[in-house]
Parts: sequence; C-alpha cells; structure tokens
Amino acid sequence: MFWTNTKRILKSGFISFFRNGFVSLAAILVMSITLFAVGSLLFSGALLEDSLNELRNKVDINVYFVTTAEESDVLAMKATLEGLPEVQIVEYTSKDEALARFQEKHKDDQLTLQALEELDENPLRASLSIRAKETSQYEGIARFLEGESALSVDNEPIIDNVNYFQNKEAIDNLTGIIDNSERSNLMKTILLVIVSVLITFNTITLAIYNSREEIRVMKLVGAGNWYVQGPFVVTGGMYGVVSATAALLLFYPVTQWFGPMFYPFSFLSSTQDINLLAYYSSNFSEIFFTTFAVGITLGIISSYLAVKRYINV
Amino acid sequence: MIYFDNVSKIYNNNSFALEEVNFSVEPQEFISIVGHSGAGKTTLLKMLLAEDKPTQGSVFFESADIHSLPKSKLARFRKRVGTIFQDFKLLPQKTAYENVAFAMEVAGRTDKEIESDVPHALNLVDLEDKMWHFPHELSGGEKQRVAIARAIVNQPDLIIADEPTGNLDPINTYDVVQILKKINDLGTTVLLTTHNKGVIDSLGRRVITIDQGRIVRDDQHGRYVL
Repeated sequence: MFWTNTKRILKSGFISFFRNGFVSLAAILVMSITLFAVGSLLFSGALLEDSLNELRNKVDINVYFVTTAEESDVLAMKATLEGLPEVQIVEYTSKDEALARFQEKHKDDQLTLQALEELDENPLRASLSIRAKETSQYEGIARFLEGESALSVDNEPIIDNVNYFQNKEAIDNLTGIIDNSERSNLMKTILLVIVSVLITFNTITLAIYNSREEIRVMKLVGAGNWYVQGPFVVTGGMYGVVSATAALLLFYPVTQWFGPMFYPFSFLSSTQDINLLAYYSSNFSEIFFTTFAVGITLGIISSYLAVKRYINV
Repeated sequence: MIYFDNVSKIYNNNSFALEEVNFSVEPQEFISIVGHSGAGKTTLLKMLLAEDKPTQGSVFFESADIHSLPKSKLARFRKRVGTIFQDFKLLPQKTAYENVAFAMEVAGRTDKEIESDVPHALNLVDLEDKMWHFPHELSGGEKQRVAIARAIVNQPDLIIADEPTGNLDPINTYDVVQILKKINDLGTTVLLTTHNKGVIDSLGRRVITIDQGRIVRDDQHGRYVL
C-alpha cells in the first residue's frame, strides 16, 4: 500500500501543478527571481573573493640584504621564513639576478648602464620577497625580521632594510578594505537569503491558502495528514525544479551580457579575462546543484509548513 | 450506534450552540434533524464528525468516544462515514470521477477496485456520462449527486447529510431525497439535517427537532413542526 499511496501522491501533485496553472506560474515567477538572486550571490561572492585574492597577491614585503651578506646566510633566512606558519611563499633574488633585472629594465638608458659599468663590483643587493597568507600578518613577519637583524657578518647586521615600514600605511589600508569587503558581502548575503526565503514562503502560503477548503474536505473524507500534505509537497518541489531551471537559463544571457563589466578591481588585475560567464561555465555543476537544492528545498518546506496550518481538522 | 451523552457547546461569548443534548441512533435508522437556521443542527454534525469539540459531554460511535480518538483512528472512523454538505465541498481541481476515487484512495482501496466501483457509484446517481467533468462544469444538482456518489462509494456505516437540498431546486431535491432513501433501504444509517418541510413530511421517518441548541421534540414518525 505504501508504494500505491506514494504513486498516487506523486501523480496527484503532478496533475495539480498543471491544473492550477495560473497559481503555479505565479509561484514559479517569484521563486525564479528568488533563485536568481541567490545565484547572483554565488557569483558576486566568488568574484569578490577572486578579486580580493588578486589584491592580496599584489601585496608583499621585500627584505634587502647588505651587499656583503653571504648567500648561504640569505638562503638560511629564506628557509627560516618558509618555516613560519604565516608565510605563503618566499622568493629569493640573488645579487646577480638583481643586476640582470636592472640591466634589462634600463637597457635603453645607456647613461645608467655606463655608470654601472664604472663600478668595480655589483652594487645591487640580494633580496627576499615574502608573501603572507593574510595581509594582516605582514606586521608580525616584519617584527620577526627586525629580531633577525641581529644576524651579522663581522658585527654588521646582514639585513639592510625591510620595505614593510615604508609601505605599512598602504598595506594596513588594503587589509581594511579586504576585511570590510568580506564582512559587508557576508551581511548582504545573509540579508538577501532571509528576504528570499520569506518571499518564497509567503508566495507558496498564499497559493495554498486558496486550497484551505480543499484540505479541510480531504480530511473530512478521511485522508491522513500525509495523504493531504503529500501532493502539495510534490507540487512545491516541482515549483523548485522549474524555477531552478528558469534561473539557470536566465543566468546564461545575463552573465554573457554583463560578464566583463562586473569584474571588480579589473584595473589591478592581470586576469581580466575572468568574467561572470567564464565563472558560470567553469562552476556550472556547483551552481546547478546549489540552485536546484535551494529551489526544491524551499518549495518542499514552504508547502509542508503552509499545509500544516490548515490540516488540523 | 451513535450516542450523544449530555453534549453542550458554548462559544466564546457564552452563547450555547448546543445545550445538554442527549439522543441515540440505532443502526439502519433514517433520522432527520430539523430546526431554524442557527438552531444548532450544523454544530451537532460537527461534533459527530469531530470537526469541533464539545465544551461538555461526549459523543460515542459504537463504544468509542470520538473526541478521544488518536489522529490515526479518527481518520479510520471518518472512512466509515460518508458526508454530504449543502455546498457540496467537491475538490475543484478533480473531475467527478477523481472526486469519488479520492474517497476510495484514502480508504486504502486498490486501483482495480477504484476502476470498477467509481463508475458504478456514478451510475447509481445517474452521472455516468459526466464522470470526466470538473465541478465547475456541473449544475448544483449534479454536484450534489457527485457528493452523494463520493459518500456512498466506500459503503459506509453512516451517511451524514448536512442540508443536502439547501441549494437545490425542487426536482433535484426530490432526486437527492430518493437516493438517500434508497441508500437507507440498502442498510446504511442516514442522519439528515434540513429545514425543508416538504422533505421531512415526505419521508415519514424519525424527526428530532432542535431549537436554540436544545432538543425539543423526538418523534419516531415525525412531521416538520416548529
């Protein structure tokens, strides 16, 4: 009997979806907009994170060593820094590499190159470029390096200078921007999700309000709670499926149209080709799953709760 | 079969909808309950269907107090009762066939039984040719006949008809009363509320008269006296 009842509930919900065409259409329209808003949150969240990462990658600090520092000491310090949990990556530039880069950079500036040749030895310093996992961690790393300045060759410290202290203000500002962006995005997400859930719930509640007399009759004829609720829950799930499909279809032209314009901080980015459409295509399965899961869950739970109001006859 | 034991229903503003109602119904009886509008007829039926709880007293079906039944047993009890309402209360999104079939589905009948019994029930009320019509495509009399088919299709022990002729013209009223009599002749208990004098007088069966929530007459072969 369980399977017979399940089959009947599914069939009844399916038929009711089509017979109440206008109500279904209204519910689907509202749910599609809701799901579109939820999907847009995914996009904006992902693009913001992508942009913030891009910003984070622009920030690093450089440690310049005195010209007399031994390469082995510098490499030892590189290994020490790499052992720090805050440090993501450390790049070493030797004196020779620094010279080569300088020459490349000034290849059209003969005067500078001649001046360089006049010198007996390479005047450029070896350096370490350090990138932290979070921008807020640079200060800690800089303080650690201050302590390391004690390392010395013939009582002279091997660290010449750390450029964090010159760039501190800019790095702090950037850290603030990143933190605020993440926090405001989270708040916007929570707010929009709450509003979306309430709108969908109210729409389905109104749709089922029209059927309250029908629910009462079903109960008086002797139907059990689940047999009454079941078809409404199935119909709610179908609203979710159709709305999710509509939202996914809508994403395509919208992401294509707005794609490049929506890339924040694009003036900083070397990856301007990453846009909404590219993100949509590459994360389609995740977006597909999330949109359908949210749509079906919203439809089912809203219907279940709405029918529950009228079922105690 | 049914026993109302000192049942009273008081609404918020301290008005009695029913006051110390006592009566019993034997199996296969045909009882009419008459009274003015607002006398308490519909409240009495609501007590019997456990749609509403009495403020005082109990309603028994066989030996069970209906208002103490758990939800599952209440649904089972309702399956043994066929109900007909003045405003038909058909499911608007289902065809006549589906409305009748729904009552069988909730009674746990198989698809095969449904396929054979629903046309038969609709045939009994002379609606075989309109079984695929939706309620809005049927006249008042036809809707009521679908409701009767739905009420009888599970061969219930009791039919409750709450002013079933209230919205019908004389011809349809006559038809509905004849069908109810036929159902009763086949052994089903019928409880009918009405304020149609002609219906009561033509039946010549037991009549309970209610006035202001109290039973004022209970005649075995009654007529409509108010």
